[in-house]
Amino acid sequence: MKITFDWLKDHLSVSDKEEKLFEKLTDIGLEVESVENLSEGLDLFKIAKILKTEKHPNADRLKVCDVDVGEKEIKKVVCGAPNAREGLITVYAPPGAIIPKNKTKLVIAKIRDVTSYGMLCSESELNLSEESDGITELSSSKYNKSIGKSFFTQSSSNLIDLSITPNRPDCLGVRGIARDLAASGFGKLKQIKEQKIKSKKSQTIKVKITNEKKQGCFSFGSCLVTNVKNTESPKWLKDKLISIGQKPISAIVDITNYVMIDINRPLHAYDADKIEKGIIVRNSKSGEEFTALDNKNYKLEDDMCVISDDKGVLGLGGIIGGIRSGTEMGTQNVLIESAYFDPRSIRRTAKRLNIDTDAKFRFERGIDQLSIEEGLNKAAFLIKEICGGEISKIDIQKISTFKNQIIKFDPNSFEKFTGFKILTKDMLKILDNLGFTCKKDKKVFKLTIPSWRPDITQEIDVVEELVRIVGYDKIKIEEPIKERKKSTLTQTQKLFHFLQRSVASKGYLEAITWSFTDAKYNDHFKGQNDELKIVNPISSELGVLRNSIFSNLIMYMSKNIDRGFKDLSIFEIGPTFFGKQPGEQNIVVGGLAAGKKSRLSWLEKERNIDVFDIKKDVVQTLVEAGYDSEKFFIDDETPDYYHPGKSGRLFLNRGKESVAAYFGEIHPNIIKKIDMKTESLVGFEIFLDNLKLPKKSLKDQKTKYSVSDYQKSERDFAFIVDKKINVQDLVNVISNVDKSLISNIKVFDVYEGDNIPQNKKSIAISVTIQSQEKTLKDADLEEINKLIIETVENKTGAKIRS
Amino acid sequence: MSDIKNIRDQFVSKLKNELSLDEINSIKTELFGKNGQISSLFKTVGSIPESDRKKFAADLNKIKDELQSLILEKIKEIETKEINQKLEKERVDITLPGRPFVRGKIHPVSQTIDEISSIFSEIGFSVEEGPDVENEFNNFTALNTPDNHPARDMHDTFYLDENKEVLLRTHTSPVQIRTMLKDKPPFKIIAPGRTYRSDSDQTHAPMFHQVEGLHIDKNINMGHLKGCLNYFIKEFFEVEKIKMRFRPSHFPFTEPSAEVDIGYEIKDGKIVIGEGDQWLEILGCGMVHPNVLKNVKVDPAKYQGYAFGIGIDRLAMLKYGINDLRAFFDCDYRWLNHFGFDPLDVPTNYRGLSR
Repeated sequence: MKITFDWLKDHLSVSDKEEKLFEKLTDIGLEVESVENLSEGLDLFKIAKILKTEKHPNADRLKVCDVDVGEKEIKKVVCGAPNAREGLITVYAPPGAIIPKNKTKLVIAKIRDVTSYGMLCSESELNLSEESDGITELSSSKYNKSIGKSFFTQSSSNLIDLSITPNRPDCLGVRGIARDLAASGFGKLKQIKEQKIKSKKSQTIKVKITNEKKQGCFSFGSCLVTNVKNTESPKWLKDKLISIGQKPISAIVDITNYVMIDINRPLHAYDADKIEKGIIVRNSKSGEEFTALDNKNYKLEDDMCVISDDKGVLGLGGIIGGIRSGTEMGTQNVLIESAYFDPRSIRRTAKRLNIDTDAKFRFERGIDQLSIEEGLNKAAFLIKEICGGEISKIDIQKISTFKNQIIKFDPNSFEKFTGFKILTKDMLKILDNLGFTCKKDKKVFKLTIPSWRPDITQEIDVVEELVRIVGYDKIKIEEPIKERKKSTLTQTQKLFHFLQRSVASKGYLEAITWSFTDAKYNDHFKGQNDELKIVNPISSELGVLRNSIFSNLIMYMSKNIDRGFKDLSIFEIGPTFFGKQPGEQNIVVGGLAAGKKSRLSWLEKERNIDVFDIKKDVVQTLVEAGYDSEKFFIDDETPDYYHPGKSGRLFLNRGKESVAAYFGEIHPNIIKKIDMKTESLVGFEIFLDNLKLPKKSLKDQKTKYSVSDYQKSERDFAFIVDKKINVQDLVNVISNVDKSLISNIKVFDVYEGDNIPQNKKSIAISVTIQSQEKTLKDADLEEINKLIIETVENKTGAKIRS
Repeated sequence: MSDIKNIRDQFVSKLKNELSLDEINSIKTELFGKNGQISSLFKTVGSIPESDRKKFAADLNKIKDELQSLILEKIKEIETKEINQKLEKERVDITLPGRPFVRGKIHPVSQTIDEISSIFSEIGFSVEEGPDVENEFNNFTALNTPDNHPARDMHDTFYLDENKEVLLRTHTSPVQIRTMLKDKPPFKIIAPGRTYRSDSDQTHAPMFHQVEGLHIDKNINMGHLKGCLNYFIKEFFEVEKIKMRFRPSHFPFTEPSAEVDIGYEIKDGKIVIGEGDQWLEILGCGMVHPNVLKNVKVDPAKYQGYAFGIGIDRLAMLKYGINDLRAFFDCDYRWLNHFGFDPLDVPTNYRGLSR
């Protein structure tokens, strides 16, 4: 909402400075968004007279004008306007002036070799009208004696842009703002006596509101002004509109705009002669069409509130008028509409048709239902004053009658919610200033809510009014008590934070990427999931919810590689989605690592980062988080975006209940398709929701401490096994031979090739044997040795290598 | 006796020479070997006349000890020398680089969430979460924002279905609803998380982070709200004093509502929080609207309290001097490295939020 202090003063007697105003507005909840000095530099624009015009020597369409700007020196100005002629009084802008329309600053310029000192301005360039065909023509009788004077009357008023919250339609009018200010002690609200229409002429255009379901118009007031002469608005009115950044159009239009801004009473003016028989306010039928004042053709659906006549739709009530019945300069009879439309109906229609207008903005927030007559009075008298004509009686049609709401208010509730007290006397004064009528009823008040405050419906709303006007700075700070009754994080949340920092500690940079992604990337990773489309995405590249943590991560990895980085690891912990219903999401920790280990090292041989690097990261992270790696079970069934032969699926135990993690090389086809230039790309996903929380807390785990001090011995074995036998199975067999004696198993060599039969491999394993109870004798060791070999051979078909 | 003395003198002088380990060993044999000079002398002890025997044996033992210790000393000396020589040969250029390490980092938003949780933990808030995809009821209707409410326009909502029934949550406030529907009052929670609005420019991203706060109990009033936020902001920015301004505003789900500005100034091109006479809006808050409480079956006659919503990304930008919101989600390796935090830098109360 744009206002000026000057306009406010139409409603407010005040002696305070503007700075104080800005502060006060913000303090009472009418936030000042910006303050702009519109008139700054406007004094440079001078009334000037063209003394002589000559054809430009180098351009047919240009003229070189000698201009009298009231100074000694005559200015030479190059001008292209066809109406530039000797004797014309117009508006001159010197170098340094800023043209209001395009905000460009004039400089002394050579135009085709002729130096031009400034410019002669069109009305459009001065934001006075749309007229851009020639320079401004000022009447010589009126301006002859003003040559050299500033064209714009100096106004010191700044343009103040307020951010009015949607609950305050009353403050979409200058008077509403003034009322709030006055209530807060900034000035006094002027009592303006309403001039009422006392006409004997009846309003001859019949208006009917159809009484049907979903009727969006509750009442429709109208007044006919006949025999008018539409004209340019007088200067005071133009200035007023210009001062808040609006463009004057014609007196009739300007008047309706003025009344709307002044008292938040939207009006509509019809050319009465274009209305075919009477006006019918009704619901639209699907398929009806009309061309609105924005020159767009709208196709209507059922049940939109339209103003129509015999020929069809004239306009959408409370939203936008139609071209067919619009006023023009030649309009002779004007019908002014002042109606009340249901905010819900307005909102529904505007959303459907995607229209946003000033009237719609106001009606959907709620217009004062009792302002219908005031609006008509104001507008009709102004039209008569400016355009002449005769005013008819006011006609009001309605299908329901407005009644002011009455609510009970307990003054104690103020302290209950705000924590401080104010005197009842002060409460009453504030409410009175805001337009409430108060009646004491035992210990509570019966408040009649002013008709312009549809936002106030219950006690708490009144508390807000009071504390807002008294000032939020009066609320006392109540220091919080440092006391914790419940643990801050749940076990799952702790695990989230642990995994996040654990992965980062392994050299991964944490990324946060959008929860939505490009379907093109997501396709590679979505697996069996449905594509989850966003109906109204911000762009097609962010058109679907991500099914995988990799969808975005791989794209950003690729971007970073394009930036020239080679060896990098990034990860993200966040949601991935498997359905469109709330909760159909998982928390996944996903990481990607690209490039080489020890690139260009003087110490170590270069090698590509590989599946066992990423396996280490996954296993270590899970172990650090409290899971027992002895129990992990790994197989090679992984989603198709992993390399089928170099990827694994990890379960926390052999029960294979739910997948704890995937890890492996990313499928080379995907790397090729997204054109990523890297030697190697490996990744992992840990599914937080699939990790069962450890049953024992750390506290309980720590208490059980037992170690063996008896001597331990290590025995090495080399088995020749079928190639298809997993090391994991072999290790399992060994560890099950005697869990009390075998304390550690380590694979230290895997060999295929010379001396080993085809389809076989040699696996060398070191087994640590230690008893919790005694020092083992040679005989004991021999026995377990034998048992290991026998069991492995029996269960896996392996042969011990001699 | 003179024999013994001669042997002693002869060998003491021999041992003074530069000797190799082999030479020493041969001296050792010469003296103490089976037929060594000292060993031989010991064999003669029995034939020494009784009167002299004791003294002879004593002298011989003395010299044996002396020579033995001299030999040991000499061996030690040589060994030390040899080790030193060997070590000298092994000398490396210690300025060569060590094995490379890579440093991971925590995203500033995650770090900020941990800081926020740590601060609110001190005054008894616990952390709640909710899904990113929400239904229309939890995101709007239950929060006193019915379909026809113009406040919905302030949220450019991403929808997942044509009927506009499922959407990406536009704020973390639906977690209030979920929490209150699930449990019984009192409530004292914060809910950090991702939020989404269809808006994208320098200062708006289609995804951003918010933290919701909710405190419902008997007799919780605006003074408590002010106290809580005042405490939080002071702790978060790690400053002694903070200039804070509560400004009336409007949110459908709180009444009265406020926006909170903090004072700042620009010093040497950097923003300094807590001083100066410029105001910066950082959060919205208010007393939970009775309609919201009714919607979640909490009796507004018995319970009341406040709620607030803070933009996490914005807090991080202010605290850590980050200019561009979009960069948070751009995943530029250089940016993540620069603005990220070491994973060991866990914000805690006893060691402070940040180093």
